[in-house]
Parts: sequence; C-alpha cells; structure tokens
Amino acid sequence: MKITAPLGSPLVFGLIACILLVSAPHAAHLPLWVSTVCVSLLAWRAYLTYSGNPLPARWLLLGITVACVLAIAIAFRSLFGREVGVTLLVLLVTLKLLELRTVRDATILVYLSCFIIITNFFYSQSIPTALYMLFTLLVIMATWVHMQTGTLALKPRLRIAVILLLQAIPLSLIIFVLFPRVQGPLWGMPQDAYASSGLSDTMAPGTMSKLSLSDAVAFRVTFNDKVPSREQMYWRGPVLWNYDGTTWSRGRNATLQRPMLTETNTPANYTVTLEPHNKRWLFALDMPEKLSIPADLAPDFQLLSREPVVARTRYNATSFLAYRANLDEPPQQLQRALALPQGYNPQTRRLAAEWRAGSDTDTALISKALAYYSQNAFEYTLEPPLLGLNSVDEFLFTIRKGFCEHYAGSFVVLMRAAGIPARVVTGYQGGEYNDLGGYYILRQSDAHAWAEVWLHDQGWVRIDPTAAISPARIQSGLNAALPDNTVLPFLIRTQSPLLLKLRFNLDALTNQWNQWVLGYDTERQFAFLTRLGMEDVTWQKLALNMLAGVSLLVGLFTLVMLRRLVVRQTDAVQAAWLKICRKLGKAGWPRAPHEGAMDYADRIAAARPDLAADIYDIAARYASLRYGGEPEKDGLAAFRNAVRAFKL
Amino acid sequence: MLAAFRQQFRNWAFRRTVETGTVVLNQRRIYILPSRQGFGFAFVLVLMLLGDINYNLSLGYVLTFLLTTTGGMTMLHAFRNMAQLEIRAGYVEPVFAGGQAKFVFHFNNPGRMERYQLHLHDDDGHHIVFDLPAQRSTPVEFAIPALQRGWLDSGRLTLYTRFPLGLFHAWSYIHFDVRGLVYPKPAPSQPLPPAAAEDGAGKVSAPGDEDFSGLRNYVVGDAMPRIAWKALAREQGLQVKQFSAPQGHTLWLDWSLLPNIAQERKLELLTRWVLDAELKGMRYGLRTPGSELQPAQGNTHRAECLRALALFGMAQL
Repeated sequence: MKITAPLGSPLVFGLIACILLVSAPHAAHLPLWVSTVCVSLLAWRAYLTYSGNPLPARWLLLGITVACVLAIAIAFRSLFGREVGVTLLVLLVTLKLLELRTVRDATILVYLSCFIIITNFFYSQSIPTALYMLFTLLVIMATWVHMQTGTLALKPRLRIAVILLLQAIPLSLIIFVLFPRVQGPLWGMPQDAYASSGLSDTMAPGTMSKLSLSDAVAFRVTFNDKVPSREQMYWRGPVLWNYDGTTWSRGRNATLQRPMLTETNTPANYTVTLEPHNKRWLFALDMPEKLSIPADLAPDFQLLSREPVVARTRYNATSFLAYRANLDEPPQQLQRALALPQGYNPQTRRLAAEWRAGSDTDTALISKALAYYSQNAFEYTLEPPLLGLNSVDEFLFTIRKGFCEHYAGSFVVLMRAAGIPARVVTGYQGGEYNDLGGYYILRQSDAHAWAEVWLHDQGWVRIDPTAAISPARIQSGLNAALPDNTVLPFLIRTQSPLLLKLRFNLDALTNQWNQWVLGYDTERQFAFLTRLGMEDVTWQKLALNMLAGVSLLVGLFTLVMLRRLVVRQTDAVQAAWLKICRKLGKAGWPRAPHEGAMDYADRIAAARPDLAADIYDIAARYASLRYGGEPEKDGLAAFRNAVRAFKL
Repeated sequence: MLAAFRQQFRNWAFRRTVETGTVVLNQRRIYILPSRQGFGFAFVLVLMLLGDINYNLSLGYVLTFLLTTTGGMTMLHAFRNMAQLEIRAGYVEPVFAGGQAKFVFHFNNPGRMERYQLHLHDDDGHHIVFDLPAQRSTPVEFAIPALQRGWLDSGRLTLYTRFPLGLFHAWSYIHFDVRGLVYPKPAPSQPLPPAAAEDGAGKVSAPGDEDFSGLRNYVVGDAMPRIAWKALAREQGLQVKQFSAPQGHTLWLDWSLLPNIAQERKLELLTRWVLDAELKGMRYGLRTPGSELQPAQGNTHRAECLRALALFGMAQL
C-alpha cells in the first residue's frame, strides 16, 4: 500500500529546522559562499511554504545544482576528499529540500540529516557537541514522527520523540560499552583528514613564540608513581641538527645504531594522552626508555610513531631522569653536531674561539657561555625584534631580546663554533597540574627549545640557556617569566582562584570525556571490562553480553509499555456495586452477566429473606444513581455507606 | 506467476476462518516486519558504523547506536499501537447496486494511550486511515463499492500501522462474518403498470389514489405529501392520509407480465416500480417466478420486496 499524502507546511518547516540545525556547525569550516547559498536556499524554501507558491521547476533546480557542484569543484580543485564531500552533502541536502514532494523525499532528508550529524564529528567531539547532537536528534525525531502521523499536534509528537530517545539512551549505552571495537582505519584516509597543530620539525626565530600564543592542549600526563620536579620535566620532541643560518631542521641521522643509555637512575612511569597533531613524533620525558605502543626510538632519542598521530593516542612510557646518553656516539653523528654554515655570524665565531682558547675543559667553556647570557642583560620576551642575516650575531651582541628558540639556537651555534658537538631539542617544558584530575596538562604555550651538548665522559647533556636568563620560566611557567603587559592567551593569564578552579573543573571533565568516551578503544574496553570482573574478554563474549543486556532492558521496557493497554474504567458507583456482587458471589449467589440490579435483588431476597430489606435498598440506590439522573454527589456517600454496612 | 504464488503463500500462512463477535488483537494475530524504509534505514546505519570504525569517531558510535536502538524500539511501539484493540463488526445498511456499501467496524481502545495512524484496507485498494482515542469505542466506516445485487462480503481486510517512524510494518487480518445486502440498481423512471382489480383480469380502472380512506399514524419513510397537515394543526399528532385504490384494486408487480428483456433488466425495472409504488403510497404485491409477496404497504414490505429482488435466483437466502 503506498500512501502519498501531500506534505503539510508544518512538516516542511520541521525539515528546514532539521537541516539548519545539522548544518549550522559546518558553517565554521565551509567556504562563506556555500553557507550563504545554503541559507538563501533554506530561506527561499521557507518563503515558498509560507506563501503557498509552487516549488521551482526541475530545470531551474538542475541548473542551480550543476552550478553549485561546478563552483565547488573549482574552489576545492577536486570532487573527492572529506572537506569536499561534506560541502557537497550539505549543499545537495539543502537543494533536495526544494524538490520535496512526497513522504519518501522527506524520509530521505531525515536519513541524510542523521548522516550530516556524523560528519560534524570530524571537526569536534567535545561535550557541547554531544549535547547539541542530542538536541538535534530530538528535533529530527519529532519531525520524523510528524511525517508518520500527519496531523498530530506538537506536544504529543514531542512526547513520543522524547520517549523514543529516553528509551534509546540506556540501550545505546550498553551497546557502546560492549560493542566489540575494531581498530580502524578500514581504508586509507585522505590527507586532509586532520589539521596539524603544535610543534613542527623546523625551528626559526618566531616559531616557538607563535606557538606560545595558543592555549590548545598538546597532551596530558598522569604519573604512575613519583612525580619528578618541575625543573626535570623536559618533554622531548623533535631533535634538530641542521642549521642553514636561519632555520634549524632535523636532517638525516648518519647512523642506524640504537641509542644507548648507561648508568641510568631515577625512573619515572607515566601515561601520556596525546592530542592528534598529524605528525609522527611522540613526547616523553628525557630520556625515554620504554613505550607501550609500537614506535621507533631514533638514534637521537627521538620517539617516532609508525604512522602520523591522527587520533588521540594513549601510551605508557618509562623514562630515566638521570642517565649517560650515547657515550660512544659515532663520529659521523658528532660531525653533524659540529657543522655550521660558512660565512654567517663572524662575531659569534670569534667569541667562541676566544672562549676556547681561555678554557681548559668543555665544562668551563659551557659555564662561560651561560654566564655570558646571565650577565649581559638579556631579556626574555615573546615579541623580539626581527633579526637580519647574521641573526645570531645580532641577537648575542646588539638586540639581546628573545624567546627560547633564540637562546637555544644561539647557544648551539656558540658551542659548535667552540668545537663542542651540540644540537637543538624542541618539545614542551613543565606542565600545569590539575589536582581534580590528578594529571598534568601540557599546552602549546608550554612549547620550549633547549640544547644538548656531547661531552666525552658524560655523553649528551641537556643545557637550557633559557634557564640561565629566566629561571622563572622553568620553575613556574611562561606566565611568571614574562612581564605583566605581555599579551598571553586568556587561559594562561588567569590567576583568579575562582576562574582557576572553574578552569580545572572543566579541563578535568574534558579529560574524563576524552579518556572514557572518545578514547574508548579496544584497549580501554579490555581494561574497563576486566576491572568490572569480566575474564578473558573476547568478541564472542562481548557480543553475548551485549545481547543479554539489551534483551533484559528491552524486556523491561516491554513490561512497562504493555502494562496499561487494557484499563477497564469503573466509576465509584460501579465499583461499590461490583463489591457487593463479589460479596454475594462468594456466598454462593453470583450475579449472572445479563441480570439487572433489581432482578438480582429479587433473586437474593427470595433466597435470603433476612437480607431482603438491605439488598432492595442497595439495588434501589444503585439504580437511581446509575439511571435515575440523580446528582451523584448526594447519593454516592449514602450508597457506599449502605454497601459497607451490608453484612451477610 | 510470482504474484499468484505469493497470494497462495499468504492464504496458507495467514489462513483464518471468518470470525464473529469481538476480535481482540493479541500477539498471535499481529505480524511485524521491517518496511522498505526500515531496510533503507538499516543500510544507512551500516554506512554510519563503517564510517565510525574507519575514522574512530566515538561520538559517531554513540549516534549510530542511539539511532539503531531507537529504530529497534519502534518495533515495540508499532506493536503496542495495535495490541489489545477490540474490534466488532456493525450492521451494514442495504444499498443499491452502484452505491457504496458502508461496513461499520467498532474499534474499542481499552487502554490509556491513544492509537495513531491505523490503516484499514482491502485487497482491492480501498483504504482509510484513522486514530483511536483512549478508552473509547470508535465506529470506523469502511466503504466498498457495491457492484452487483446480492450479498456483499467485506472480504479479508488488513489493518496495519507504521507508527511511529515508519520503519516497521505491523499488520493483522480481520475477516468478519458480516455481509451487506445489495439491491438491484433501480431502472430509469418508467410509468407504473396499471393497477388491476383483484377479480377481473385486464379490467382497467384509474389508479386508486384519489379516494381518501382515512388517517393512520405516521411511520418513518412515509411520503411528505401524504402527511395530514390539517390533522397536525388540530394537534392530533403526525398522521398520514390513506388513499386506497378502490376496493379490490391493487397493484401487482408481476414478472410474467414484463416484456421479454434480460433477467437483470427485469429485476431493475421491478425495483424501480417497488420504490415508486411505495412513494405513491399504493398497495402493491410482487410476483416473481417461485415466490409471491402479497400486496401490502410500508417500509417493511418494501424492504421485503427489495430483498426478494436482490436475492432472486441465488442459492441461499
């Protein structure tokens, strides 16, 4: 049976609302003209519905569609890939609304709306997004019910939609926890899948200070046992060897030899939850030893994941805070650590040569260099002036204002000029403790650069020249190290205790959400279910438990839902009368179904003359209440009293 | 071929005898299968799940599961929308062939919940949609065209619902032992045959509606021109003037006197005459091969004559 009812205007408005709601979050990343076109099309459809004008002709729609697709193809230079796909989907769904004619079209639109919600999750899966999704879903459900019921008023429709959603929530919770997780991806993802943020593998003046303006979270860390002191929290990232006069880059390691740690001491165990940054490197405390996920440890102690980190990743790591690193570094690597571009920074080279001549040991030379920073009124600032061709010379001798990349870079140049192998290490330093969640948050603003020098008897040793001029940066963080008038992101600047508390609360909540909802993968599922007491988690077991849980809940719902299907309505008069009938029935004179009150009384009176007066009285009252049109209020109480007083 | 096979399968799978009394829709009478839209939705869900797995979208999983369970639960809602309804067939007013026989079914909803969007249809595509308010009995009129005289059976009717989201199709068959009488279609107006005297064959006299013979009490269906308005004005109640043909003169509608036309045409002509004669307030009798209805007057007589004509030549009456 096919029913083709015309679509009422309330339904069309409902569908417009659905599409508006599901597409709205996309406005942030769609090209402006696409958003404008979509809003205009929706407004046009709303106007047509409101005014009752006919829908546009097919040729016109076809023309608009072709024009839009062409425009997208030109703007994105492709018709494949995620961004383009989402843009096309939003646009075509909006256009579909303009040729909405039958219930079938409306059904397709509802399905597509659900699909657009999912595409929102590519961009955000935060708690507000989840709440927004629930709201959108409610509107979609209400519209959907409307489609099926036609004329039903808004209130009962909403009630049905709310009931449907409320029943679905606990059921989907069970499925969410127990549904066997498959580690994706199933097919290759287009490159545009994730925007990258955070550290890059090059460093030029300005790289770090730019990063410092972002309070986005880079990763969160929970220490499993002893927490190291703040001065020891150097989270190692890309190690930079090559210098071309302005920019530091990683270059290529000249050895395949595994890095070696000796005389290790003070281990630290911790769990890192890394936000996706679309690069391969992972962060660990100096110096990493062990990692729970597959990753390579490069010869310069840099941790590299096998694939770019495109999803939030969790790993356990062990580091040693005291160590001797690569005591026998191969000569070709040491060669790299001494290379300097020819012709740059003559003053710096001269200074280094002077120091070399005047120092007996490398250690003495290093002390001299650090003393140079602390004694020459260097300034730690986020907004250093621009530097010219001989950037290190200008920085060291004239400007003397800079951020960590200037200090680390110039220090390494000095060391190399003096013949001490050195390299730049980038990463994050410190971290902010969230005592609600018991973890450290590392933000992009904690990005840092420091130096490592290689000494014969000690291997690679970390030297942080920033600490020499601004100890506060290392001990208390960026906010303490910079003058008060510096423009910093709001979250770093706030010191009001209330705001701080609120911020910690929010971040703790976000962290729980990230850990338990968004990061609920095979591993988490296994750990969680084991903790709940499930032994030997296999997918068969999960499926069985899921089935059992769902059946139980559905059974419960069924019981509740089918309970009120038959309700025999009995008013007070009838209830009292049935009571007396039951009483007499038990005594052996049940009332026949066809028997009227008076006939029944006659029969009882004949059988029990002693009851005759009472039963006639009751029957008469019943008849008058029921059929006599006597106002119930007056007679009812008396009738009930008579029934109560009746004794066999 | 396939359709025939399907029909046969249905007849076998859902065979039920014709029922009387009140039918209660319980779980043994309600069938549920996903609708075409339901299959479409399942396909969309599978696509979503693949996307979730591929892109590791945890919230995507949540949404997919929410939609899946909502969809699944609508099966129960569809069942509940029909369960425990009590259906009873009502009286079917006789109609003339060519009209619409109105089968009345009383749907009692004994629950506290309104039932929405119930569809009732027969195999020929006649269709109505209705809602049932809570705790009330609602008469539902199902019209079937009456094509030919005789008994009209409603046939097996299908009651279905797709409430609330259209993903599941819940249905039940109802086939009551209820039939409507279809009178022959009245022929176009034709002058009545002359009233004949009881005794003399072929003795012609004027139609007997001029001699006033008295008043009788009004019966529903009496023609307006016959009402004795003067009597009403005298507060004697609603009375009807009786004009009878002269004593011994009465109208015989006789099959054997009709010209040689097809049987059905004869029945149609007689039907027309019965109606006209009754309208004119005449006494008339009906003679058909094998039966004879003595001259009389009034609605009961009219109904009896029409019934005899409707069932003429049929095996069971």
